Amino acid sequence: MILLRYIILAPIAALLLNLLFGRFWSKTTTAFLACGAVFVSFAAAANNCVYMIRKLAVPEMQTIFDPVFSWISVGRVQVPVDLVFDPLSCVMCLIITGVGFLIHVYSVGYMSHDPGFRRFFIYLNLFIAFMLILVLADNLALLFVGWEGVGLCSYLLIGFWHTDMKNASAGKKAFVVNRVGDLGFLLGMLLILAVFGTLSVTDLRELISTAASAMTPASTAVATTICLLLFVGATGKSAQIPLYVWLPDAMAGPTPVSALIHAATMVTAGVYMIARLHFLYALSPVASAVVAAIGAATALFAAVIGLAQNDIKKVLAYSTISQLGYMFLAVGVGAYTFGIFHLTTHAFFKALLFLGSGSVIHAMSGEQDMQRMGGLRRYMPVTYWTFLVGTLAIAGIWPLSGFFSKDEILLSARLASTPVLSGAALFAIGLCAAFLTAFYMGRLFTLTFFGNSRASEETKHHIHESPWTMGGPLILLAVLAAGAGFGLRQFENFLSPIFGHPEEAPHEIKLAIMAVSLLAGITGLALSLYVYLRRPDIPRKISTSASLLCDCIANKFYIDELYEKTVVRLVYIAGIVSHAFDKHVVDRAVNWTGGGLRFGGFMLSFFQSGNVGTYAVWFLIGVLALLHAMGGVHPPPAP
Amino acid sequence: MSLFPVGLQHYLALSVILFALGILTVILRRNLLIILMGIELMLNAGNVAILAFSKFNAAMSGQVYVLLTMTVAAAEAAVGLAILIALFRTRKTVNADEATYLRW
Amino acid sequence: MIILQTLSARLPDILFYLFAGLSLIGAVQVLCRRNPMNAAVSMVVTVLSIAVLYILLSAYFIAAAQMIVYAGAIVVLFIFVIMLLNLSAKEIGRRRYTLFKAFAAFVAAAVGVSLLPGVRGAPRAISEQPIDPSFGSAKTVGRLLFGEFLLPFELTSILILAAMVAGVVLAKRDITPNRTFSPVDAILDLLLKSDRKDKSP
Repeated sequence: MILLRYIILAPIAALLLNLLFGRFWSKTTTAFLACGAVFVSFAAAANNCVYMIRKLAVPEMQTIFDPVFSWISVGRVQVPVDLVFDPLSCVMCLIITGVGFLIHVYSVGYMSHDPGFRRFFIYLNLFIAFMLILVLADNLALLFVGWEGVGLCSYLLIGFWHTDMKNASAGKKAFVVNRVGDLGFLLGMLLILAVFGTLSVTDLRELISTAASAMTPASTAVATTICLLLFVGATGKSAQIPLYVWLPDAMAGPTPVSALIHAATMVTAGVYMIARLHFLYALSPVASAVVAAIGAATALFAAVIGLAQNDIKKVLAYSTISQLGYMFLAVGVGAYTFGIFHLTTHAFFKALLFLGSGSVIHAMSGEQDMQRMGGLRRYMPVTYWTFLVGTLAIAGIWPLSGFFSKDEILLSARLASTPVLSGAALFAIGLCAAFLTAFYMGRLFTLTFFGNSRASEETKHHIHESPWTMGGPLILLAVLAAGAGFGLRQFENFLSPIFGHPEEAPHEIKLAIMAVSLLAGITGLALSLYVYLRRPDIPRKISTSASLLCDCIANKFYIDELYEKTVVRLVYIAGIVSHAFDKHVVDRAVNWTGGGLRFGGFMLSFFQSGNVGTYAVWFLIGVLALLHAMGGVHPPPAP
Repeated sequence: MSLFPVGLQHYLALSVILFALGILTVILRRNLLIILMGIELMLNAGNVAILAFSKFNAAMSGQVYVLLTMTVAAAEAAVGLAILIALFRTRKTVNADEATYLRW
Repeated sequence: MIILQTLSARLPDILFYLFAGLSLIGAVQVLCRRNPMNAAVSMVVTVLSIAVLYILLSAYFIAAAQMIVYAGAIVVLFIFVIMLLNLSAKEIGRRRYTLFKAFAAFVAAAVGVSLLPGVRGAPRAISEQPIDPSFGSAKTVGRLLFGEFLLPFELTSILILAAMVAGVVLAKRDITPNRTFSPVDAILDLLLKSDRKDKSP
């Protein structure tokens, strides 16, 4: 067993070394340090994981606890920095460090010609450290530190090429939208502190397990409020309706960043947080139902938008939003294990898809528009085959991992009954989204790899397969994305100390849903292949005959414009008003105070005549005043 | 306040009047020499009061205080006159109204 | 005879009034005389009358010291300065405003009035308790000075030394605005005189 703090300290040490001494050594050393540190973290986490699996039979040994130091101690509020390693954080740690390591290695190749090489790896290591703090924290306050920290890194990395105004403003947008969510999270956290008097998840769990039997309507309402506030934070971080708008813009960052932060790890923090506090959500059916409904709606909505995007990374971004919707659907209907399982498989295949798209973009000299690609199958076999695995996995084709996780989520949704949407409705929405997912992924794949190249001659001349630092991670991720589905039963067992064993569904329903979801995936893929390979005139016809709808989808339902006109405008007006207030009231008050004192000083300076006699008079007046203030002169006492 | 017998009251009254005259001298006169004399007057007034109290309380320590006061007065006169000489040498005046260089 | 007897019994009181009046006259002269020399002479009158009052208060040693220090040293110093500077009788410059004069008089009166409660509440007579014959003698004062008040007395010597140094430095003839006196420089000058001269012609 390795102390948990070292898992976090490894990337911090690497980033400090690179930050302080990086300019003295080569890019190779920088890359080696950065990747090595993440690998060390991965090894430590894996070692702890093995240790925990061995002790799984002993209930008390299922968590590793590392109290680092006491951070805040005010009255009865205690906020210690405690790290906890249980099956849930173990899974998250392995994903973060494992996928993170592969993406680090990939980045060495991807960023090799970038002047900001060292800065990039410093940011990446910082991100890994904050993400590990987030998942290892036992305390919500510490979790919040990680939560904000990854937000900061996200901001820094989206705006990595900040000399381009577009990238800088995309980073700013992500930051500001996340602030809205974070306000909700903070309020929820404070409410927890006010109600329970502690922020420690372990303590909360014990408190609630003893108090759960004595729930009143009022306490249910409080629980619902807390859960909904925390969910606002999750919608911000995990890009759900209504705060999803930042994620598509976040694609302005380098592609490895999109893969690591905006697909595999950071955006899943919301799902992780709800899973971590599942006992709290169990108290409030309403809040859980809202989570499920928002998740389902986001899954469908983002998939629809994804249909009409031409930027390869934008399609993947909407796909990520949609898949995150699936995860929220799962945790909303109480299928926490499957939510986390989908998180895991999604981390594999979405990281794979992003890295594959990065490889494509790298080969196409920075071109991101799918309309100008095509026919890349012949030029880049490694990227082609791994991308194929990723596409089949996300489309939910047996036996790849996406099939298992998506199928289990759809099953859980079908069996659930929530106060907001019935299980059948959730299932229908999920199935539609699954079909659309398969369709837009098929479209992306066809446009990119099949047909004839539509690129310019010069770009075509440069097309090449990526170096091994990029190909290696792709192959490894493809293996994981393909095979991870078979670990479902073991995964369930591993997480059962936290979430318990899910109920076994009737065999017929299980089979039926498997068949339906597989069918949806296959038809979606087949249809897109047929349309974009054999009948490219169909999309054009649709777009002319239903131009209004198509415009609407292509412009993302004008949600950005709507926000621009309402929320942003309002905030802007408030800003103008407060600026005016600051300028005309606050500033004026300050200036007048200063001016008054200055004028008073100027007037008082006339007393300083330089004349000794005048000074003597003032001096005497002072003496007199003092004398009277002290009660005057008293007669001498008798001897 | 009767004239006889002369007591503490009378000495204190004399001391107050001398002190007030010293103050007036310091405030009203412009010749720095005479201002210094005014200060000496005030110190003497103080001495008178201290010695009157000393006699009234039959306490010898009062006389020691007076001795110390006199030392201070002598030192002060020496330094004051030295400043005066320096001033006269550089500015050719001992008029307090003209020696107003240390002001805003 | 009776008158004589009464007079002799009242002699200290009569002397008090006599010399108190003299000292006040001298003080008023200091205040009003234009000529600094006249003022200085009036100062001598005041100081000497106060010395007599000290004798009435049985402070014999102090009275002697008053005559020696004030009349003999301080006032003489004043007179030296007056003669050294060769000040004219006329005060230079414009008159003070009458308003300011009134104000000054008011402040001085205010000081007097604020001290009045102390005067009025004081006992009429000097205490009748028998006084030790050695009260106020040089021996008694000396014992106190070198006994109980040794530390203040020694500190006084430092004060006088400081005043002496200040007097010398301030009144030195070659005071120039650019050159300030620095004891460190003075010591260095003494120690390194030859070296410095060699370096700077």
